[in-house]
This record gives sequence, structure tokens and C-alpha cells, in this order.
Amino acid sequence: MRSHRRAERVSAWRGVAFAAMIFLLAGGGGFVRAAEDAPKAQPVGDPALEARALKLGHELRCLVCQNQSIAESNAELAHDLMNQVREQLAAGKSEEEVRAYLVARYGDFVLYQPPLKASTVALWVGPFVLAFTGVFALWRALRRRAREEVPTLSAEEAARAEALLRDTDERGQS
Amino acid sequence: MIPEMGQFALALAWALALVQAVLGLAGAARGSAGAMAAARRAALVQFAALVLAYACLTASFLRIDFSVLLVAEHSSTRTPWVYRLTGVWGNHEGSMLLWSLALAGWQAAVAAFSRTLTAAFRARVLGVLGAVSVGFLAFLILTSNPFERLVPVPVEGRDLNPLLQDPGMIIHPPLLYMGYVGMAVAFSFAIAALLSGRMDAAWARWSRPWTLVAWVFLTLGILVGSAWAYYELGWGGWWFWDPVENASLMPWLVGTALLHSLIVTEKRGAFRSWTVLLAIGAFSLSLLGTFLVRSGVITSVHAFATDPTRGVFILGLLALTVGVSLLLFAWRAPRLSGGGAFAPVSREGSLLVNNVLMAAAAGAVLLGTVYPLIIDALQGAKLSVGPPYFEKVFVPLMIPAVVLMALAPFLRWKRDVLSRVLRRVWPETIGALIIAALGVWAMDHVTVGAFLGIALTAWVVLASLRLLVDRLRQGAASGMTARLRGIPGSWWGMWLSHLGVGVFILGVTLVGALEQRLDVKMMPGQEAELAGYRFVLRGVSEVPGPNYTAQRGAVEVWREGRMLTVLAPEKRAYFRSAMPMTESAIDWGVFRDVYVSLGDPTGDGGWVVLLFYKPFISWIWFGAVLIALGGVAAALDRRYRRLARRTAAVSASEQSHEPVAEAVR
Amino acid sequence: MKLKHLIPFFIFVALLGLFAYAFRLDPREVPSPLVGKPAPTFALPRVDAPETIVGPDDLRGRPWMLNVWATWCVACREEHAMLMRLAREEGVTLLGLNYKEIRGDASLDTSRISPREEREAALLRARDWLARHGDPYRFSVLDLEGRVAIDYGVYGVPETFLIDAEGIIRYKHIGPIDERVWREVLQPKWAALEGATR
Repeated sequence: MRSHRRAERVSAWRGVAFAAMIFLLAGGGGFVRAAEDAPKAQPVGDPALEARALKLGHELRCLVCQNQSIAESNAELAHDLMNQVREQLAAGKSEEEVRAYLVARYGDFVLYQPPLKASTVALWVGPFVLAFTGVFALWRALRRRAREEVPTLSAEEAARAEALLRDTDERGQS
Repeated sequence: MIPEMGQFALALAWALALVQAVLGLAGAARGSAGAMAAARRAALVQFAALVLAYACLTASFLRIDFSVLLVAEHSSTRTPWVYRLTGVWGNHEGSMLLWSLALAGWQAAVAAFSRTLTAAFRARVLGVLGAVSVGFLAFLILTSNPFERLVPVPVEGRDLNPLLQDPGMIIHPPLLYMGYVGMAVAFSFAIAALLSGRMDAAWARWSRPWTLVAWVFLTLGILVGSAWAYYELGWGGWWFWDPVENASLMPWLVGTALLHSLIVTEKRGAFRSWTVLLAIGAFSLSLLGTFLVRSGVITSVHAFATDPTRGVFILGLLALTVGVSLLLFAWRAPRLSGGGAFAPVSREGSLLVNNVLMAAAAGAVLLGTVYPLIIDALQGAKLSVGPPYFEKVFVPLMIPAVVLMALAPFLRWKRDVLSRVLRRVWPETIGALIIAALGVWAMDHVTVGAFLGIALTAWVVLASLRLLVDRLRQGAASGMTARLRGIPGSWWGMWLSHLGVGVFILGVTLVGALEQRLDVKMMPGQEAELAGYRFVLRGVSEVPGPNYTAQRGAVEVWREGRMLTVLAPEKRAYFRSAMPMTESAIDWGVFRDVYVSLGDPTGDGGWVVLLFYKPFISWIWFGAVLIALGGVAAALDRRYRRLARRTAAVSASEQSHEPVAEAVR
Repeated sequence: MKLKHLIPFFIFVALLGLFAYAFRLDPREVPSPLVGKPAPTFALPRVDAPETIVGPDDLRGRPWMLNVWATWCVACREEHAMLMRLAREEGVTLLGLNYKEIRGDASLDTSRISPREEREAALLRARDWLARHGDPYRFSVLDLEGRVAIDYGVYGVPETFLIDAEGIIRYKHIGPIDERVWREVLQPKWAALEGATR
């Protein structure tokens, strides 16, 4: 861990760099300590642990709610499960272990990020297959198109097309 | 009497829509000028009838007429008048009425402002829109009658869902519905084109402004919905990948693809069948979203109370509308081949790659949304697909799209060499990477995500600036003002929207990387500190509201020894609702929001208070506003009006329905 | 008409089929991963004799059902008569898991109640309720904090687990049991479990 003062100096420099970078940031960051004059309030639990619990809680689905994470929901069960998450993380369990604990009881349903298994391969791979197939098909179509002759227009059609497009600014298209 | 009048107006609107559909389509097929003119008038009167129906329902709400079931279930004597006004659409029946009203509004707009279209084409467009209207009005009348009476009349109503009693909800649904339903116009243009076989550059030019306006509404609707979720749900999230949000995102993505595809069709007459498919797709996905929200097959926070008959009815409508359209597409699309040639590396090529990526992204959202159903149907297992999935799949698809977005405007039409363009923008590329490196160092947050986000924003912004400079240099006119004015609206539209995407990404990245949260137990007089801000809880007092009682906190926000503001987060107990409501209080700022919400009382006079520091969150909304402004600028392009007039003159003599040759240059 | 152009239509038809089928699915019923696994063990005080601590092992050697209930649960009252009939006429061994008797009751403000008070109040309410409506359970146990319920993956009340003589969970029913559910779903499974024991 860095000493408190050094941390402050470094972050002050970082603040300067940041401000220079995005013109007007002066009002932004959190680099200056304020004077202390009122009694301090107690954080709920250990803030670092709480942050981990909330992050994990946002990835776990509340079972009784319509579609909310246990971190968001006000339902009783969501609170109970959130407390389980807190307790277990506090007891030194890893995020993975807590997830496994809940999956053992409630099934994959509680995970907002479905695990990769045979039944979810299509889910995880599908979008990328779609994108690659699309780009590939497009590339082929364009190559074919570039090779093919441009269909010629009859004189009358060409004249009409020309009339339609006459005063278009070619560069003016986005 | 008022509800009965509304009921009658609704039935009348249905009949008029039917007349419009039949006369429009048949009139166009037979070339009967009289029938086509009648269809146009029917569209205008249909709109008037729906305005009347909507006014009747609104009047019932404002008069607190509990003899109307809907009023009794979604308002109470204590509901403030403005939420009685919005209570009209804060429920399934009323929102479908708003949906139908919006659809009729678009039809009236097409009827009134499309003098530039040929009569036959306009009649077809109105015919198709009328047919869609017939379906939805039938749905409304048969399964979701908003004017149903209630006997005996209760003394008090159940009040509107407290979540919806919020200023954001006053404008969100109308904007969103205008967007959803506006896609019906693009859809009808596509179907009319398939029916007539007429699909040329002029068709693309007619469709584009309509599509742009609908897309702007959709963008703004999504924006307001997201901002609402941010301040109303009490913990500062702004996008949840809920099926209902996905339902609005999918048509937006496909609509975006359509806007870009229309450019290629307009310029080269190429990929016309693909463009038509996108136009069908955008509206189909709007309908699909409606089905998902209202049928109950998928659980969503925002789902309306559901009823299987309604689900079956909408599914039927969906099957009919989309199924017939896609069959028509399969039948007619082979005729739409051809078009001008261009190389894979070209402006056209890049626009089409955008199409592929947008469509794939929409496909990913659709897959994620319906995958739980697929697994349930095939294996009987339950699965959840939520934010972590969508982020992991959506972001990688968007990164190449954004990189390309900034690069594409530098590409020449028809044929270009990639190395030429890359040579041109290398300073911007290097600059973006340096800025990103400096950025993550300055933020003390070295992650791949933050680096990528800043690099993309910097890349988009620098490239946009460069594009503007280049553009101004090459202008023929002398004088900066003249050159600026010489740039057409569609170019500004592209420029603003692309810049908006950059701003949006910066907001998303920075709030994701730098936001801070602290949950504290505060006694009155105590203070807590977060991100250099000091928060002092002065006290929590009970404050009566019109239809609720609130526990209102007074939280001073100090910075550098100066008090910035006093925030007043509330915990509300609505009289007619069991769930307590959290009303967060936000000190909005350009560079950061300070966000406070009340948790639960601790029992000893203290409160759990949730403190948030959200840097650059507003840039998400700024970005979206820029994107929408771009749409407005493009829609206002002089070309559409000027050229449209010319088209009318050229096509005045046209009677045949043969495809007109593509415009090739 | 080219096949290529029919692809969107086919995809759409597949989606339609899926949606049509989806009407028959219940999105809110989550199957339990515990089926086929040993019933999680616990040691909880009996409602009628809180000094006695019992667990699933006390019922080993015969099939039984674990029924999650609470006095504040409206649906539990609906199924109660059915449970009485099962215990009396069908010879079903029922273990009642009383779920969050006090803190689960939304109508009570429980923020200031002491653990001792909570336990006393829960015992009183549960006993009184069983005395009034009849007690179908071999015994009921008190799960004040709902922790054992979490081990069983309970997400609502009532829920009922069918457990065989070896202590393996064979089935989970979500929601109240009525005559139809018993006849069509539970009874065949129960009969199979009993048959296996004999």
C-alpha cells in the first residue's frame, strides 16, 4: 500500500492530466479532501466487501420478482439471498463459490450470465456466427457484383433516372 | 355518455381503416383515382375518430369517472391531474389506444404530406397502413376495450402504479410509440414497393425522411426511458437488458441499419431486397416487442397484466402481418436484384458492413431475449439471460461497427483503396491511442474496457473533426459561412449522429469505470464522504403528498468547504400500493451526477443512505440527443423536398406498375 | 421464388411456433436442481416441543413430504384441508417447515423485535394456527430466518418436496396442493415411493 500523502500527490497529478485531456474537467474528479466537522456515519458493512457483494448481487436473479437482480429487488427473498452473499463473501468464499452455492439450490436460473454448456453453445456462439456469416456473404455478393456486367438501361429509363437525380449533390450524401 | 362516444369513435375508426385498406389497395391495383382519393380521406377521418376516442378516455380519467373500469383501476381521487392524464396509457388498454392513435397519426401525416408521391403509390402505402390499423383496432375492440364499464361504481379507484407517477413517464410512452409505429410507415413503403414492383432511387428517397423521423422518435423514447430508470429505480442503473428494453432496442438497431441501407439503394439501386427486408424487419420487431410485453410468455419488470386471449390475438396479428409480408418478400424479392456496381472497399461497401453488424447485434438481442423460451420448450429447464450476457456479446459486435463508422465517411463512393484512407487518418488513429493511454493513467483505472472506450470516443471525435475540416477545405464556395451553409442536411445528420455515438461511448465508459457507491447508516447530523464530496444528513421528516406520505431526507452536499446543494431523497408510501417507492435526489452536472437515495430506516432514528458519484453519466444522454439531432438534420435535408417535387412532375404520367429501372451512375 | 428469399419466412415461422408453444409454459415455475439429490440436512426445534431438535434423519426409512408453510401464507390455508386429508386418509407422512413465521409477515413491523421475542411469538402463532385448523404434520419445525428454506431452494410458500426412504428428494411441487394436483401429479409419485419401500 502506498503512503497516504504519496497517493494524494499522484492522484493530484493524475487529476491535472485528466483535466488537460478533456478540456473542462476541473469540476469532476475526487481529488481534494474536505474539512471534517460532523461526526462520521457508519458505512453499511465493509465498503470493499459491500462493493463485491453488490457486483455479484447484480448478476444473480431474484426468483420471486419479475425480472430483477437480488441487488435491485426489494423482495424478502432477495434480501435474504443478498445477506447470504454478504456473509459468505465475508467468510472468505470466492464469487465462484457463492455462485455455486446458489446454483446448487436454485439452478442455473439464478445466473444472469448463463454458463457455457452444451445447451447454451448456440446462445454464446450464435451472434458471432451470424456476424461472420453476414460479412462473408456480403463480401461474396460484392465480389460477384463487381465482376458482373452492370445491367444497361434503355435510353428512356436512363433519361428518367437522370431527371430524378439531376440536382443531387454527389458529395452531399452521408 | 362520454365513454360510449369513445367506444363509438373506436368502432368508426375501425370501419374507416377497413375502407382505407380496401380502397387504397384495390384502387391502386385498378388505377381508380376516386377510390384512391377516398382512401386518403378515410385516413384523415380515421385519425380524427381516434383523436375523439382518445379524448373521451382522457376526459373519463380527468373527470374521475370510476364507472369506467380502466379509470377505477388506474387512478384514484387523490391522483394528481397530470398523472390522471398519463394514467390513460399507464395500462394495457389505454396504451394500445395510444398505439393506435399514433398509427393513425402517421397515416394522416402520409395522407397529408405526401403530395410528392404518385397517387397509386400513396394509395398502396395508405392501404397497407390501413390494414395494420384494422388488425390493431380489432385487437383493441375485441380483447382490450378501454371503455368497459364497471358496475357497481366504486367510491375510490386503485390509483396508477406509483412507478409511473413520474414526469419522465409523461413523455416516454408517446415518444416510444411514435417511434415503434413510425416504423410501420417504412414497412408500408416497403410493402407498397413489393406490391407495385416499383422500387427505385425515388422510392428510397421517399422512404428515408419518414424512416428518419420515426427513428428519431424511437431514439428519444429509448433515451427518456433510460433516464427514467436511472433516477426512478433508486440505484443509478440506466440500462438493464430487460425484455421490454430489448424490444425497443431491436427495432432501433434494425432501423439504424435501414437508414444506412437506404443510402446504398438510393445511390446505386443495389441491395434493394435487403433494404426491403430491413424495413419489414424493423416493424416486425416492433410488433414482436409488443407481443413479448403483453402476452406474458416472458417475465419482465415492465410487463402489463397479461391475459392469454390477448397473447393469442397478438400472436395471430403478428403471424398475419409479418408472415404475409415475408411471403410477399420471398415472391417479389428476386425481381429486385441488379443495381449499380461498386467494389467491396467503398462507401457503399462500408454502409453494408454496418448493416451486417447492426443486424447481427439485433439478432443477438433477439436470441438472448427468446433463448430462455427455447431452452424451456426443448428441455423444460429454466435459464436466465441477463446483462452480463448481453454486454459480453453486444460490445464486441459494436466495436468494429464504431471503428468503421468513423472511417467510412472518408471512403470514396464506388471504389477505394483501404491503404489510401488509412494513410489519411493515421494521425487521428495514433492520437486516439495516445489519448486512451493517457486517459486510463489519469483515471488510475487501467482496464481493457476503459482503454477501448476512450480510444473509440477519441477516434470518433478526432475523425469527425477531421472530416469537417476536410469538407470545409474542399468546398467550392468562398467564405466559411457559405461553405458551412453549403453542406447538406444529410451530411450534418451523419456527422452529428456519429459524433453522438462517440459521446455516448465516453459516458458509458467513464461512468462504468469511475462511478462510486457508498451505503452508509446515517444518524441525523452525521456525515459521510464519497469522491471528495461530503454528505451531511440533516434529518428525515414526514411530508404529505397528494396520494402518498413521504419520508423526506435533507442531505447537504459539500465540496471544498462550500455547500453545493441540499438534496431531498424520498421514500414514499402510496396509499393504494404496498410497495414503498424510492425517489432518488440528484445534483445533475455536466461532468458528474451526485445521486442520493434513501434505503431503510435502521430502527434507532437513523437511515441507510445510498450515496453515488456518477461521473459523465449525462454524456450518455448528450450522446443520444446528438444522435437524434443528427436524425432531425438528415430528415430536414432540402434534397428530399426539392427532389420530391421533381419526382412528382416526372411520374405524373406514370400509370404502369412495371419496375422502373434503377438509377445508375 | 428462390429458397434464399424464404429464409426470413422460415425463421419467423420457427419463432411463431416457439411463441405458440410458450403459452403452455409457466415462466415463473423454476424446476429444482435438488431433485435426485439427498434432502439437505437441518436441525431445527419442533413447534410443539421446541426443546427437541429434529432433522430429516428422524424420518429415514420411509417416504415423506416436506411441506413449507406459514400462518401468514394465504395459499397455505387453501391447501390445509387437503393436507389434513392426505395425513388422515392417504397415510402421508408430512414434515412441516414453518417458514419465517414472524419476519416473513409483511403486515408486521419486525425491525425492533428481539430474537427471543420472535421465537416466542412464532411458536404461539404456529401452535394456535395448528390447533385451530388441525395439525396434519408428523411434526413441524421452526425456520425463523428462512435459512433451511434457502438450502431447499424454496422461493415461495407453499412448496412441497417428495422425499424417499433413503432421504433423496424425488419431486418438488410449487404452489398449493389441491385435489387435482394430488390425483394427477403427486399421488402416482407417492405411490411409487411407497411401493419401493415395501
